[in-house]
Amino acid sequence: MDFDYAPAPESRSVVDIRSSYGLFVNGEFVDGGGKAFKTINPATEEVLAEVAEADAADVDRAVKAARRAYSRVWSRMSGAERGKYLFRIARIIQERAREIAVLESIDNGKPIKESRDVDIPTAAAHFFYYAGWADKLEHAGYGPDPQPLGVAGQVIPWNFPFLMLAWKIAPALATGNTVVLKPAETTPLTALLFAEICQQADLPPGVVNIVTGAGATGQALVAHEDVDKVAFTGSTDVGRAIAKAVAGSTKKVTLELGGKAANIVFDDAPIDQAVEGIVNGIFFNQGHVCCAGSRLLVQESVAEDVLERLKRRMGTLRVGDPLDKNTDVGAINSAEQLAKIRELSEVGEAEGAGRWSPPCELPDHGFWFPPTVFTGVTQAHRIAREEIFGPVLSVLTFRTPKEAVEKANNTPYGLSAGIWSDKGSRTLWMAGQLRAGVVWSNTFNKFDPASPFGGFKESGYGREGGRHGLEGYLR
Amino acid sequence: MSRIDVRKTYKLYIGGAFPRSESGRSYVVNDAKGKFLANASHASRKDARDAVKAARAAFGGWSRRTAYNRGQVVYRIAEVLEDRRDQFEAELRTAEGVTATRARTYVDASIDRLVWYAGWADKLAQVTGGANPVAGPYFNHTAPEPSGVVAVVAPDGPLLGLVSVIAPVIVTGNTTVVIASEPHPLTSITLAEVMATSDVPGGVVNILTGPQAEIAPWLASHMDVNGLDLTGVGDAELARNLEIAAADNLKRVRRPGVEELLAPPALDRMTRFQEAKTVWHPMGT
Amino acid sequence: MTSTDASLRRFLHGLPGVDQVGVEQRAAGLGTRSIKTSAKDFAIDLAIGMVDLTTLEGSDTPGKVRALAAKAMRPDPADPTCPPVAAVCVYPDMVPFVKEALSRSGGSSGVRIASVATAFPSGRAARDVKLADVEDAVDAGADEIDMVIDRGAFLSGRYLQVYEEIVAVRQACGSAHLKVIFETGELQTYDNVRRASWLAMLAGGHFIKTSTGKVQPAATLPVTLVMLEAVRDFRDVTGQMVGVKPAGGIRSSKDAIKYLVTVNEIAGPDWLHPDWFRFGASTLLNDLLMQRTKMTTGRYSGPDYFTLD
Repeated sequence: MDFDYAPAPESRSVVDIRSSYGLFVNGEFVDGGGKAFKTINPATEEVLAEVAEADAADVDRAVKAARRAYSRVWSRMSGAERGKYLFRIARIIQERAREIAVLESIDNGKPIKESRDVDIPTAAAHFFYYAGWADKLEHAGYGPDPQPLGVAGQVIPWNFPFLMLAWKIAPALATGNTVVLKPAETTPLTALLFAEICQQADLPPGVVNIVTGAGATGQALVAHEDVDKVAFTGSTDVGRAIAKAVAGSTKKVTLELGGKAANIVFDDAPIDQAVEGIVNGIFFNQGHVCCAGSRLLVQESVAEDVLERLKRRMGTLRVGDPLDKNTDVGAINSAEQLAKIRELSEVGEAEGAGRWSPPCELPDHGFWFPPTVFTGVTQAHRIAREEIFGPVLSVLTFRTPKEAVEKANNTPYGLSAGIWSDKGSRTLWMAGQLRAGVVWSNTFNKFDPASPFGGFKESGYGREGGRHGLEGYLR
Repeated sequence: MSRIDVRKTYKLYIGGAFPRSESGRSYVVNDAKGKFLANASHASRKDARDAVKAARAAFGGWSRRTAYNRGQVVYRIAEVLEDRRDQFEAELRTAEGVTATRARTYVDASIDRLVWYAGWADKLAQVTGGANPVAGPYFNHTAPEPSGVVAVVAPDGPLLGLVSVIAPVIVTGNTTVVIASEPHPLTSITLAEVMATSDVPGGVVNILTGPQAEIAPWLASHMDVNGLDLTGVGDAELARNLEIAAADNLKRVRRPGVEELLAPPALDRMTRFQEAKTVWHPMGT
Repeated sequence: MTSTDASLRRFLHGLPGVDQVGVEQRAAGLGTRSIKTSAKDFAIDLAIGMVDLTTLEGSDTPGKVRALAAKAMRPDPADPTCPPVAAVCVYPDMVPFVKEALSRSGGSSGVRIASVATAFPSGRAARDVKLADVEDAVDAGADEIDMVIDRGAFLSGRYLQVYEEIVAVRQACGSAHLKVIFETGELQTYDNVRRASWLAMLAGGHFIKTSTGKVQPAATLPVTLVMLEAVRDFRDVTGQMVGVKPAGGIRSSKDAIKYLVTVNEIAGPDWLHPDWFRFGASTLLNDLLMQRTKMTTGRYSGPDYFTLD
């Protein structure tokens, strides 16, 4: 008799989704000048709410509010006082953790287990971490008297909506900047909940402003001439456009962009943990992760064994209702993203790679893609070069450490890499050779507020997290 | 009757060699009084391409040298420069018309700056890197690494400007292609002679002379260049266009602007072209 | 492979390493599975049927083990639908009393008699003495023998000695099933647990078991996970199934369910049977019974409603 897990849904009653949302400017919710858009639950295609779109005039109002708050309040406040606001915010996030997690899973499609155990606790930890920096900046190694830049325009993606918000807002406020943040158009709800948290924390009006909208809103924000700092997380294409838009200005920029990380498994790897790391590397958050280990490089001598173990493990992944506590892989965030994943997967097949997914029933409504692995992939395949941003793994093989390094580095990206081996000296050698900003050795997809994150090459520049994360907000 | 002197031909410095521009072109360099001084090579886009290729080829070996060794090499440049200081003082006086005292000051400062940067080679990682106390059983540390090939538009002005932009870029393990000051290119080639004789591996520093506005765009748009230092770009529109071109492969860009060269430098000329690499490893039995 | 220390070492040390942090995280992840309603009913009854109800005290008496045997057959006297446990586990000299108690009910309960042996728990005795211990227990009617390996020999790399001793004990067991206890709290590392698992499986153990219950830590979820990986991999290679028994320290239904989830997702559903998975426990049973009552009645129960033995 089989041990079938009964549904274990997390209750939705903890969240209260309004039918419509405005922009958060100067401490208040206001109407937007653009055309309101709908945000949907990607697991069901149910419309969750109408959200205001900020047009250029709204963005301007938000930047003005941020500027006012910067010059009148926030830049004059002592670091210790700023820190106290951040501590307050961190505590409120912890207090409302369940609510934020459920809302995140509904709006984004990610499994509740991840929003509950990763996104929201890490976001709170981020605020705690940077809260403590606010009154210690002169010791951070950026000169004896580091100063804030002013108003930060921040644009974040849909894959970790609340966590990316924390990554952006916490260091900006700790260093004395004020913020206008634009969440992604498919996942605005937790950012708007954060606006409420700012109100609960009595954060001075204008210190944090949230403008919702799509690309045009983001462009207006990035290009606004009174923005001193641009922080962006998202695709390399948009990052490039931003870098061009700010050229010739005095804006300081940090960009955290795409990746095509190699996850390299040697024949002496702790094999079961490596398999776990491969799974975590590509199926965590449906593969909607810029640092996902989307290229598995496995040493030829163990390739067969690793693949067999991987497939068996993939067979135990539970795909479905994001709010079910036992769901491992949730919904694809949008129809658009699903189309992109499908397209590239079809290209993979057309180019002759072997496609495999475990048998799994996908729900009738919503956007779904099964965990998928492509074998027999070479560097020449598009699925080995382009970021798919979905639960799709390309498997390549190598014979020697040198070949592994060459293949791993043979990409315009350089965000992250994984190494699996029990030989310390080779691991350290590999870590030195890999051109990537984060190297996970015998682990993968680990994040911590104290640990700097960011890429080499076309994966962007600047670091978020840790002491390094302060630099992008100071002069 | 006085002896006819043997004049020096000023060429480019690419891959440790001194080729003429493949274009066969040159341009006239006058001294401070407007009198003909020499013909300098007018580097072409192909020279720029060759220089990037040489810099890329040198990057692996140079970046993998121990920091101690890179420090020794940069220190060696200072030693050789000290040895040839008379020549540089004379060149500065002729080219720029500065006084003997002024020339001496700049040469002194240039040598001292090389020594200062040389000392940073094996210390910077300790200042900008370190252990990250993550909330879990992991060894986690961050260390800086060079960005790769960095194109530098050197500022006008004396030797010191050139040394101040080259030393910080190479001491951390980058290799570089430098566009020398357009009106004062000759000192840069003499400095190249110093480097060629002071253990700097061929290709680590490559120097192009010629019109900035013509050469720089090729470097800014080159997809195998990782960083762009616009220090010496005076034209704001050119600088903006170079930054736009640099965005195509997300080059790390240092915007134009020269600090007071005689003042003690900050770290940013080094840190701008470094990448923080963070390594995680579990700790367990 | 099993002919010399050197060849055994080559094999055991050639097994893939186990990363402590990774395996503990995997176990913790499995521990977050939420098992509700019908799945929980299923899991609780399954767990009850997997319990080796155990008493291994110097103070054990015929009276004590008779009471335990009675409970083994009818864990919840108030509810005849409650399944019996898998076995009663005692010291060799207590086996006759268990046998007598179980046969009094006609012997139809299916509850088996397990006896520890081989100078349990330390295993520090001459091999002859250990084998005599096993023969005693088998002669007295034990269906299952829980032996301890020589941890001293294992830790000093005398793998052949450990191997040969397991082979000899298996022989002495006759038709009785052999469970091989590693005392993982003394082996300490997961690498050692994996090696000990393969050593015991190669030597013919029917079950591999974590602990005696006398050393801390006893059973843990990650240790059990590593052993479940070993039996899974062993079947892949040889086609033979070996059982796994975590023992000691599993006290709550919640914990038991985590173990069953781990069995299900690591070794696979084939192991979800008392023939292939056991819990060595004593207090666990009452907690399972309390949860079972909660599931049937919809209200929380209390310890006064379950028998203490």
